[in-house]
Amino acid sequence: MATVFSQYAWLVPAFPLAAFAILTALGRSLSRTGAWIATVASLASFVYSVMIAAERLAKNAEDYIGGFAWLRAGSVNLTAGYEVTNLTALMLVVVTLVALLVNLYSLGYMKDDERISTFFSYVALFTASMLGLVLADNLMILYVCWELVGVCSFLLIGFWYRKPEARAAAKKAFIVTRIGDLGLLIAILLLFWYMPGHALDFASLHNVFYAQSGIISTSITTLIALLIFLGAVGKSGQFPLHVWLPDAMEGPTPISALIHAATMVAAGVFLVVRTFDIFAAAPAALDTVAVVGAFTAIFAATIGLAQNDIKRILAYSTVSQLGYMMLAVGAGSTTSAMFHLFTHAFFKALLFLGAGSVIHAVHTQDIREMGGLGSRMKITAWTFGIGALALSGIPPFSGFWSKDAVLTAALDDNPWLFAVGVVAAFLTALYMARLFFLVFAGKPRGDAGAHARAKESPAVMTAPLIVLAALAVVAGFVQTPFSGWLGSWLTGGAEEEHASGLAIVASVAASLLGLYLGWLIYSKGAVRRDAVSSRFPRLVRLAERKYYIDELYDALFVKSLRGLGKALSAFDDVVVDGAVRLAGRSALALGRLNTRLQNGQIQTYGLAALVAAVVLVLAIAGRRFW
Amino acid sequence: MLGSYLTLAAVLFCIGLYGVLVKRNAIIVLLSIELMLNAVNLNLIAFSKYGVVPSLTGQVFSLFTMTVAAAEAAVGIAVLIALYRNRATVNVDEYDELRR
Repeated sequence: MATVFSQYAWLVPAFPLAAFAILTALGRSLSRTGAWIATVASLASFVYSVMIAAERLAKNAEDYIGGFAWLRAGSVNLTAGYEVTNLTALMLVVVTLVALLVNLYSLGYMKDDERISTFFSYVALFTASMLGLVLADNLMILYVCWELVGVCSFLLIGFWYRKPEARAAAKKAFIVTRIGDLGLLIAILLLFWYMPGHALDFASLHNVFYAQSGIISTSITTLIALLIFLGAVGKSGQFPLHVWLPDAMEGPTPISALIHAATMVAAGVFLVVRTFDIFAAAPAALDTVAVVGAFTAIFAATIGLAQNDIKRILAYSTVSQLGYMMLAVGAGSTTSAMFHLFTHAFFKALLFLGAGSVIHAVHTQDIREMGGLGSRMKITAWTFGIGALALSGIPPFSGFWSKDAVLTAALDDNPWLFAVGVVAAFLTALYMARLFFLVFAGKPRGDAGAHARAKESPAVMTAPLIVLAALAVVAGFVQTPFSGWLGSWLTGGAEEEHASGLAIVASVAASLLGLYLGWLIYSKGAVRRDAVSSRFPRLVRLAERKYYIDELYDALFVKSLRGLGKALSAFDDVVVDGAVRLAGRSALALGRLNTRLQNGQIQTYGLAALVAAVVLVLAIAGRRFW
Repeated sequence: MLGSYLTLAAVLFCIGLYGVLVKRNAIIVLLSIELMLNAVNLNLIAFSKYGVVPSLTGQVFSLFTMTVAAAEAAVGIAVLIALYRNRATVNVDEYDELRR
């Protein structure tokens, strides 16, 4: 089948980019209309992505690479191009779909915000750059989009810049991810240096690292892979750079759903999958990915268990699930990583949008002040429940299939990783049960008046919830242990059927146990809530305070850097600025003196000339005596 | 012999220079300029008589210089009269047109 639609794949990011340009150019005069322009643009992108994906569903669809020469310096050619493969087509659909739904949802959520058109223009720019990142055919373009995405994230986290927390969170996100970005940049430079012909496109990377491995030594390959992984760690919020993601929840909730749950944070996983050939050539790096992923999965889950802010719980859950994806990549199964990314995008966006709906209704984010909302907000409660079940990995919801795929991959790789994954699955189910029962079940706590006023959100907000809930139910069936359709489509290989009875039983058992325990504690009250915290107060406190990671970083890096900054600033003030001021002042003084001389009287000028002549003569004559 | 003529010329020149730089009256300034010119004439003549290569040319030159000096003095006086008509003063301190 011809690649009719794929040829014009650049249109997909072009629509939101055009929307961004229009919104920026016309700005405030549009207000409400601007939001619709952005939504229509994202709809166009989505429709076109679906057409591309439909085209690619045909058997043996050929990858399409297009683009133009961007830079030519000596023997080096840089192209700016796009590449349509099954992997990118899948990502296109996921990103545009979530972006479309978030746009729709924001029409309701951001209705009363006076900077609504600014908000939508940022979202459009984000969508465009994320799509560009997905489509990029070489690392250079990917890096440009990668940074653009980071900028949009910064802008949107700090969207309510009047809140000091939002400003701090935006800065934190930007700076922390920058550490990772630097790693990625160094990796790209190393690749540029070592690759034959300085090629940076993915096709050449595949050739060098997969087909003719051995051109680049293993140690360099490992270094490059680790640096790329550092970039992914920053963007995807893996330990130890996870600290920015929970703070990023200061941004508007639709943004948390779009950027910090479904798309941008998945960019790290996508990057590792895209450059998987490099990782495959460096087993040590691959093991690192798996271990960091597994550790992050369980580490973030324990923190999520002790948080009280509805969005923060979901944020730690995101960190934990991204850890799962990394674990899958590290275990060598890019398919299950992409599969989990795919399903996670839907149910996590659903959960965030549901959380936004709740916040919209009760105007608080503290789950201790909620409760009993299930009867007032039926649609939100049902869809949120579906999302929670999907996240917990209960069959037949999508999360079950993808989590099972990840765990099967982990079991093949290393039983310890599998064990960690199962424990993380148990914790996931437990904190989701806690969240769900505290928010929607039981009696209202906190401000009674606010609860009485709480009502279901408008249709423009609930419709995306319903669509996402439907997807969260069915998205898992593209890849089940009985038919590896997604895997064979993505990798082009034969259908693999990785049925592992142990993985299925263990993950379902862990999830059900977690849910049951959560129900016992938080709904039925059969187990006292403080049963654990009274016995191990230290431990709970540790998780509540996020293992003091923030404080540790503050003491280790922030304080010392700030001290260094102060010293440097003092040096700048006194020495550098002092020298500049001295030069300026002396010139000024000389000028003043000359103004005095410049009095228009010929005699003064004559005197000056005479003095100068005498000095000259003395100087010339005096040279003899030196 | 040459030394004493040169010394005399230098003394004359310095007196003229002093007058140019210090005197308030524009007429005196002009006179002082003449004094400096004459110091130069004296030098020319002294060199033409007692120099390394004595020649009559130097004395001829001094005649030319005197002629030019006369012309210069005439122009100077003319400028001065024009200035006086404008500003009604011959005080050099008040001539600060160059500042404009």
